[in-house]
Amino acid sequence: MTGYRLDEGGAIERSEQRRFSWDGRAYHGFAGDTLASALMASGERILARGFKYHRPRGVMAAGPEEGGALVTLGEGARREANAKASQIELYDGLKAFGQNAYPNVRFDLGRVNDLLGAFFAAGFYYKTFFGISGKGTWEWMQFEKIIRQAAGMGAASTEPDPDAYDIVHAHCDVLVVGAGAAGLAAAEEALAQGLDVILAEQDFALGPALLGAEGAIEGEDTAAWRTTRLRALSRARILPRTTAFGLYDGNVVGLYEKVTDHLAKPDPALPRGRVHIVRPRSVILATGAIERPFAFGDNDRPGVLLASAVETYLRRFGVAPAKSLALTTNNDRAYDTALTAAKAGLKTTLLDVRPVPPEERLATAKAAGVEVFTGHVPVRVKGRSGVEGLEIGTRNQAGEVTPTQTLYREAVGVSGGFSPAIHLVSHRGVKPVWHEEMACFLAGTPPEGITLTGAAAGIFEREAAVAHARAVSEAEGQRLKGRRAEPPRTRPGGLGRIEPLWEVRVKGRKLKSFVDPQHDVTTDDIRQAAAEGYASVEHMKRYTTLGMATDQGKTGGVVGLALLAEALGQSVEATGITTFRPPYTPVPIGAFAGRARAAHWRPTRRTPMMEAQAERGAHFTDAGLWKRAWWFATGPADTLEAAYPREAAAVRNTVGLVDVTTLGKIAVQGPDAGEFLNRVYVNGFAKLPIGRCRYGVMLRDDGLVFDDGVTWRLSENEYLMTATTAHAGAVLAWLEELLQTRWPELRVHVASTTDQWAGVALAGPRARTVLEKAMAEGDVSDAALPFMGLTRAEIAVEGGHIPALIARISFSGERAFEIYVPSGWGDALWRRLTPLVEREGGAAYGLEALGTLRIEKGHVTGAELDGRTTLEDAGLGRMASTKKPFIGAVLRQRPALTEAERPRLAHFEPVTEGERFYTGAIVCHPERIEGHGLGWITGVTLSPAFEGRWLGIGFVAGGHTAWADTELIVADPVRGQNTRVRVCDPHRYDPKGERMHG
Amino acid sequence: MLRIPCPFCGLRDHTEFVYLGDATIEYPPLDASEEAWFEAVYLRKNPRGRHFERWQHVHGCRAILIVERDTLTHEILGARLAHGPTAEALA
Repeated sequence: MTGYRLDEGGAIERSEQRRFSWDGRAYHGFAGDTLASALMASGERILARGFKYHRPRGVMAAGPEEGGALVTLGEGARREANAKASQIELYDGLKAFGQNAYPNVRFDLGRVNDLLGAFFAAGFYYKTFFGISGKGTWEWMQFEKIIRQAAGMGAASTEPDPDAYDIVHAHCDVLVVGAGAAGLAAAEEALAQGLDVILAEQDFALGPALLGAEGAIEGEDTAAWRTTRLRALSRARILPRTTAFGLYDGNVVGLYEKVTDHLAKPDPALPRGRVHIVRPRSVILATGAIERPFAFGDNDRPGVLLASAVETYLRRFGVAPAKSLALTTNNDRAYDTALTAAKAGLKTTLLDVRPVPPEERLATAKAAGVEVFTGHVPVRVKGRSGVEGLEIGTRNQAGEVTPTQTLYREAVGVSGGFSPAIHLVSHRGVKPVWHEEMACFLAGTPPEGITLTGAAAGIFEREAAVAHARAVSEAEGQRLKGRRAEPPRTRPGGLGRIEPLWEVRVKGRKLKSFVDPQHDVTTDDIRQAAAEGYASVEHMKRYTTLGMATDQGKTGGVVGLALLAEALGQSVEATGITTFRPPYTPVPIGAFAGRARAAHWRPTRRTPMMEAQAERGAHFTDAGLWKRAWWFATGPADTLEAAYPREAAAVRNTVGLVDVTTLGKIAVQGPDAGEFLNRVYVNGFAKLPIGRCRYGVMLRDDGLVFDDGVTWRLSENEYLMTATTAHAGAVLAWLEELLQTRWPELRVHVASTTDQWAGVALAGPRARTVLEKAMAEGDVSDAALPFMGLTRAEIAVEGGHIPALIARISFSGERAFEIYVPSGWGDALWRRLTPLVEREGGAAYGLEALGTLRIEKGHVTGAELDGRTTLEDAGLGRMASTKKPFIGAVLRQRPALTEAERPRLAHFEPVTEGERFYTGAIVCHPERIEGHGLGWITGVTLSPAFEGRWLGIGFVAGGHTAWADTELIVADPVRGQNTRVRVCDPHRYDPKGERMHG
Repeated sequence: MLRIPCPFCGLRDHTEFVYLGDATIEYPPLDASEEAWFEAVYLRKNPRGRHFERWQHVHGCRAILIVERDTLTHEILGARLAHGPTAEALA
């Protein structure tokens, strides 16, 4: 006989049926059920298969500590593996499946592994997959595939998560975690003090342990007490189905709220879940305690549950795990469970390891019809696919067990003590402290703003827990109001005299006793780890994988380390416990991303000219956060490869127009701005005349190149610095750091104006013609605007004039103008210039052609200035002033940075016309094509300026002069291709700058 | 999450800030010796306990702060503007 629904009792609505499917078959439960309680009521026992041995498993617990009933929920993209059946709220249409079994969990071929148990002991993977020495590892690797397939849990969906998640930033005075009796009392008390309260409860019901409970709290019937508290809390923010998964620095708490998982037809506007990042002034942890079992033979069989879980199923869900029950305990708590079971009509037997239990407990139990065996322990479960009986024995003072008889009971409830749920405070680095009398770990002294109460603080007696919670909440309220408050001192207790018991062993008998059912870790595995020298609890954990499954050792952790301590002949205290880390229970990874996915992963920066460019056939590419025009298609058949040489040629032959809005623009203003720039740039800026521009390079403190760009002097105390698109943010931050920390005496202010200006470069022999046609006011003749000059002008557009700043700057090497207008006019500027450019036979060009032009001219970009390059490497050594100190001036002189053999900027041309090579390839000597070679390629283009040949730019040891007469090899081991190249001067296109100046 | 009390913006998440390093480093004059610069740029202590460090509130007021942090507990003990000589701020 297996589980069944009681005729009455429980906090379920027997009038509200919930239909669901389990492994494709139809079932029903009631509103208020979990999947575990509904399946138990339906008589289903085997709900899962073990991780390694594929032994049948059933429900073991009634909460997040569930070690047996791991199931897969949903299908397709919404398939969720390893869900704990005891935490799944039942709803109409729920679909659940058994996992890690073939063909199904009730009849699983993988159970053969159970017979091979000796091979799968602790350290199996470590020992096996090194291979057989001398014979290679290939054969073993074939086995590995099979074994890895056999061992495992559920399979996650490989499809993208179809659901949406929200991230909520919250603040409050007091966050109470856990809405048990203590949590409800603490929240009520905080609210009564006028504080802003958030109360989070992982269960779908508030006060879940009070459901179906008897007795009274604070003189009020338990059910009525709960209702009164919930009414009082209506002004608090109450979050059911919400787990506090982490407690972080600054007492920031991460909550995960399940919003729609329990709904048959969720509102599509709702997110599936929410991560709440809460910044409370005070955190009260009323997280309760988790019962732990102890180990005995075949204690993983379906029908073996924690004693408290048996009570929860009986009281809250009105479900019995079987008609007959053997409870086994080392403390007082299971006596309550025994009374509940007997009252529900179960044939109930209680084994108490203690020879002399408290008299009153004993008497009450016996009076209720409970059969009690004192000084007795369970030895081994009978039955393969579920509990059929329990072999029991006596245990003497020395811990020796003598088997006596078999009790034919169909379910077993185990209570080996309780572990207060101190996980969250441990996240903050508070070390757990072993409490000998209670045989459990309690939290050490928490940092200010965190308090524990109730069972989490080791106060198990309900009335004492509620009183403590109220006192704690009161004291925290006082503290938040700036008053001194004495925290309450309540001694942990309420479990009676507990007799530590971790494992039942019988001399001469081999028992398979599980410590961690989720990862199939047995007591023998722990002893083996100890024998092999894994004496630290952290090492034992990793070697056996104890506590590394989805429950993170919530039940078995303490048992495992106690057994390790025993094997090492030392105390539990000296052995210690492994560190708890977030998350307390699993959180969907998508919830941490929230809405920041796909296009919302990061912001998109658009220039004001994007739309006009898209209308002209622009294809866009990413440059940091920016979208930049990459190339302009002339028709549907056009390609990037055809477009960019055409666009670059237009610049060389007539005129081209390119969007340069993305350049970083920084306003540098103040009486000391010139002096500031003089210190920041390697070249002199102090004497830059008003109305002129200058190209500058800045180094880092370590003497390597940081960034470059042109700075314009707009007026006496006003400069406009441009920085590369990629480094704009870092350059601004660097300038701010220098001004705020090193040179606070300089009267300079810097601000980003990148978004304030839209800009284009108009480049090519016909650039001036186009510009003059577009202008309404201003003079851009050679006399008025020489190379590196700067002027203000007005551009005529339909309906008026746009104010513009125009500088004679050239990145392409042609006669060129950069024209900046307020960003709101960017679109008008682009639309005004494009037809004029086309009328001159020119074209708009994109980032690819921009790259071609700068490679031909030998101008460096981020590809060259990658944080490893010196001024000399980049061919800019002559820029460094000898008349003034500047940032990086000292450390750039270090010997390794001044060696003549360092890789220097150069051009590379294939010897055989038509051959090409690729960016990232290595430059090598023909006789030594190996290692890092002599240099590397940073850019490659088809070059209209060099007879339409392929042209590369990059670095080679000693620079081009060292290889004037030697052909080198550009080696591309990835593509398996070597190309013979000539090394050339990178500055051989118009070396005198006649085209720029002309 | 570290919470940093910005003198301008109040108590803010550390994700709004960028860490700029040890605040006790005194950078030498631009024409100081190579040894002095080497020490300032490369040599760092790794203190256990109280530590003064620079954080910039890049997603806020952009001020650079000197933050006192316990490297062992991550407790933030205080924050003030970095303006002015470092020594004065540390006093």
